[in-house]
Formats: sequence, structure tokens, C-alpha cells
Amino acid sequence: MTEVRFGQAVNRALADAMAHDSSVVLLGEDVAAPGGPFGVTRGLLDRFGPERVRDTPISEAAIVGAAVGAAMSGLRPVVEIMFMDFVTLAMDALVNQAAKARFMFGGQVSVPMVVRMPHGGGINAGPQHSQCLEAWLAHVPGLKVVCPANAASAYALVRAAIDDDDPVVVVENKALYSRKSDLPEPLPIAKIGRAAIERQGRHVTVVTYGAMVAVALEAAQQLQGEGIDVEVIDLRTLQPWDEDTVLQSLSKTHRLVVCHEAVTAFGVGAEIIARMADVGFDELDGPLVRVGAPFMPPPFAKTLEEWFRPDAERVIAAVKRAIA
Amino acid sequence: MRLVREVELRLSTLFSDGEIPGFIHLSVGQEAVAVGIAAALQRADTLASNHRGHGHAIAKGLDLPRFFLEIMGRREGYCGGRGGSMHVADMSVGMLGANGIVGAGMPIAVGSALAHKVRQSGNIACVFFGDGALAEGVLHESFNLAALWKLPILFACENNGWSEFSPASRQLAARALALAQAFGIAAESVDGNDVVAVRAAAIAAAAKIRAGRGPALIECQTIRWRGHFEGDPQKYRDAAELEAVTRVDPINRAEDLLREMGASDAEITAARDAATRRVDEAVAAARAGSFPIPSEALADVYSPAREAGA
Repeated sequence: MTEVRFGQAVNRALADAMAHDSSVVLLGEDVAAPGGPFGVTRGLLDRFGPERVRDTPISEAAIVGAAVGAAMSGLRPVVEIMFMDFVTLAMDALVNQAAKARFMFGGQVSVPMVVRMPHGGGINAGPQHSQCLEAWLAHVPGLKVVCPANAASAYALVRAAIDDDDPVVVVENKALYSRKSDLPEPLPIAKIGRAAIERQGRHVTVVTYGAMVAVALEAAQQLQGEGIDVEVIDLRTLQPWDEDTVLQSLSKTHRLVVCHEAVTAFGVGAEIIARMADVGFDELDGPLVRVGAPFMPPPFAKTLEEWFRPDAERVIAAVKRAIA
Repeated sequence: MRLVREVELRLSTLFSDGEIPGFIHLSVGQEAVAVGIAAALQRADTLASNHRGHGHAIAKGLDLPRFFLEIMGRREGYCGGRGGSMHVADMSVGMLGANGIVGAGMPIAVGSALAHKVRQSGNIACVFFGDGALAEGVLHESFNLAALWKLPILFACENNGWSEFSPASRQLAARALALAQAFGIAAESVDGNDVVAVRAAAIAAAAKIRAGRGPALIECQTIRWRGHFEGDPQKYRDAAELEAVTRVDPINRAEDLLREMGASDAEITAARDAATRRVDEAVAAARAGSFPIPSEALADVYSPAREAGA
């Protein structure tokens, strides 16, 4: 067991995947010579050469579109979109091309590509560099969406995404990149669609993902002092999400809170809660509560951003509502 | 060319008879472009097409019955009836699909060309796009990327002068040649109704591309005989212009050339009859096809699961 930064775990996953399979290529703005805007691809150009590690122009639409064509022609491209906010420029390639090719061509071809993109706030990057837009992508049939919470799941999910035959979006919370956590040996490869129970509890289930996992665990720790025993589930995969694990937990705790950094309205939490209100109806002993950002663009100023991002205090308040 | 024409005209009839769901875009009058460009492509070369793509598909070697089966929404069609006219594809001959989004084939072909380069396949990619796509941002990004990385790609611009319901004069401030040249892409313009000229230009360009000299563009100036889609009354088009379109028929020109080269009228008629028969047979096969099953369609949204880690 070694302790590594989240970004190093992604780097290691990319390197191992490239060493394992010569069809894996990296494309993105400043991913080669500069080593990536967050340093995630550092060293890969030297190790794998300019044919497989390519700095691209600032052309999100063409980069992701080219990844679709490359994936249909024998490569397994991994694209980095510098900030998730910029995926707006590549939505045709992702939504109309990558997501649909297998289906609309009658299963003739798969599109084994990965698009990595950092989301989330915490670095005062303002309204166009901080958004959490994963719900958009999870809404598109044909795409898979994963969101790791720590170094171990970052490694495991990036490897799984590259191994996967379908287009997978890897959402990485930029506030996590420098955070250290354990990377177990042998290195894990995840199964896409499976959640992890990060903390066992009896009174209430908190479902979350990405950077909010640590926030939920912090809230659980505090609530323990008040005699409230919280189960924390890290979804790890948002599409397809692990309905069985959530339902199983709900049938034990009978109370549910879903937390994410994205705005609450029409988010991942809405889907999970709608589904549990249906298939989990008989298990429910309290209101289904969501925690997310207020319905507004992410603000820039420190005080505003701190207020905007959901914290442990907000999770605690939500848990108390759920068990009231 | 004759086969493409017969296919398009039959599709027109089938569409007005209600045998084709949705809508279709025909390439009648533009056959020399598809056939001339495809003459320079090998089977393993890849091709990205567009919404007006029937001719491209047939010229790349698609199987005619499966083509009609798809367009008529049958289970045995190329795409199992999921795609229809705008999404006909056949990976076995490198046909990466028609496309319902203008310009979207550009980066797909660029990426396919990147795969050829990285995998050193010796093959090239080709993309057909209309003059309307010149207004799409991703086209400019694709030109840049292809030129920057010297990718093996042939850009085939099919300039029919119309962007859906609007003429190029009201749509575009720049021409295809100038745009390509601005990115350092070798570009030339040919008479797109002269199949010999298109073919010669395509073969010359493809040879240079295969030799590693980077992308090339051929602008084929042609004429759109029909509306943007079948059933389009074309009220936006001048009556005199519409009347004149059929005067320049690439197939008549090719047949005249064949006669000059010694072909008999009987041979030319026989070729035409053979094309008609092939279309008859394909349509009969398509009519006999079954209708798609929802559970099968649902199963193809994602690839079959493979054994992965824990």
C-alpha cells in the first residue's frame, strides 16, 4: 500500500493502460510536452512518444470528433478536456456521434474511447471553469459516466474506462488532484456500474460520489458523536449506477440522502431519489433529501464559492431532516 | 453512376408511395462525384459521409439489398433499422456512416486518418461534405488538425451551391479552395459532373496522400437536381434554374464518352437494364424483410459486457 496523489493515480492508470495496449493514445490540450494543465499526463510523452501522446490545438469539437473516428478505426483514444465546462464545445461528437454509433449502426461497431474532464470548484475558477455537468452526460443513452473519489478508485476507474468498449466519460474533481490517499497493491481495475460502501451505518444512507465522498464521511464522523450512524455509499459510476447497492442499503436504514457538488435541480440526485421513491417505496420511513449547490452558476469570489459548494454542515442538516 | 441514379430514383418512388419512413435526401445529378472519388479508394480506406450519402455508400461497395433493407426500416438492414437513410454504414468496407449532422463527418474522418497513421495501415480516410458544411466551425478545426499532423485524408467537397434552402451566395463569405489553402492543404477544383475529371483528380490526390504528403481537398462543382429532401417543393429556387438543372447530366456525359470510346448503344442500354434489375431485386428483398424487434435494439445501446476486474 502506497500513498499517492489522486492525479498520480490517474497518471499511473494511463501509463499502465498504454503499456498494456499499444492502441491506447492520448489526445488533449497541453497533455504532451507540458504534461497537462493539472500535471496528470506528466512523463507520458517521454515514455510513449509523440505518436501516441499528442498535444492538440484548442479544438474540443475536433478532438472529441477525431476520437470517435479513431475509435471506430482501431485505436482506443483517451481525450482530456481541460475543464468540464469546455465539453459544451464537443457535445455533437459526444452526444450525436460517440454515444449513438453502436446503436445506430446496428451493433456493427463499438466506440472504445474515454473522455476525461475535471469538474467542480474550490479553486475560485469562476462560472466557466467550475461546473459539474455530469447529469447532462448521464442522461445520454450510449455514454457511461464514472467519477472517482480517491486515488484507488481513480486508478481503478480510469483503467476500467479504457478497457471498456463503449465511450466512457471520466469526471475528475479538480480539488482532488493533489489530495493523497492509499493506492493498494495489486492495483485494482474497477467494474463499471458498481458502487462501494465507504462506511457502514444503520440509521441513514448517504449516497454520493467524487469529492463529496470525503465531505459525507466527515459529516458521518460528526453525526456519530450525536449517536447517528450513517452509511456512506460512493457511487463511483453514475451511468449505469448501482441501483442494487443503494436499494439494499435503503432496506437496512430506511432513510436516504443524496449529495453532490452539482446544482441540485435535475441532477444525479433527482434520478436516484425518483428511482428509490418507486422501487424502494416500501422501505421508506422518511423524506428523501438532496444536497447540492444552489441553482446558480458557480461564483468566483472566495466567500461566494465557499457558500455555494455543499459542505459537511449541509450534509448534516440533510441527514437530520431525513431521520426526523 | 447508372446504379446510383437508379437507386435514387427508385427511392424517390418508394418514398412517395409511403414505403420509406422519415425523410431522405437524394443525390440525383451528383453521381459523378461519389463514383469518381470512390474510384481512388481501396476497400480498407475509410469513408465518412453525410446526409446526402446514398451515392457514397454504393460507390464504396455496400451490398444493395442490405442498403434498401435499412432505408426501408427492416431488421435485416445494415443497421437493423435503427438508422435509416442518414445513418447507412458498413464497417466491412470502411464506410463509417452517413451522418445527420452537417460537418460531423469531418473530425470523424480526421480521427480515422489518425488511426491509419498511428497504426501504419497504409490506408487513407476520406470525407464527403457539401458546401453548406463550410460554415460549420468543426470543419475549420478539422482542416487545421489534418494539416498540422499531416494526416492521410482526402477532403471531398461536393459543391452543389445549396445549403439546404439557401444559395451559397447568402451563406458563405469564403470558398472551399481558399479555406483549405489557408491551412496549407493542397486543393483543386474540378468539374464535378465530369466523372473522368473527378476520378483523375482523386487518384492523383490519393497517391500523394498515401505517399505521406498530408491531406488534400478536391472541390467538385456539381448540381443538386432535387430539393433538399424528397418532397421539398423548392419554392426558394428560381423556375428557370430548376428547369436547367437536368441539362447537365453527368451520366449522359459519361455515356457520350463511352460511345466515343467505341461502346455501342446496345451495351449502354444493357448496362442501364442491369442496374434496373439489381435495384428491382434489392427492393424485392427489402420488401420481404422483417420489422425490427425492440429488445434487440435495446441490447445494442452498449457493447456486450466483457469479463473485467473485480
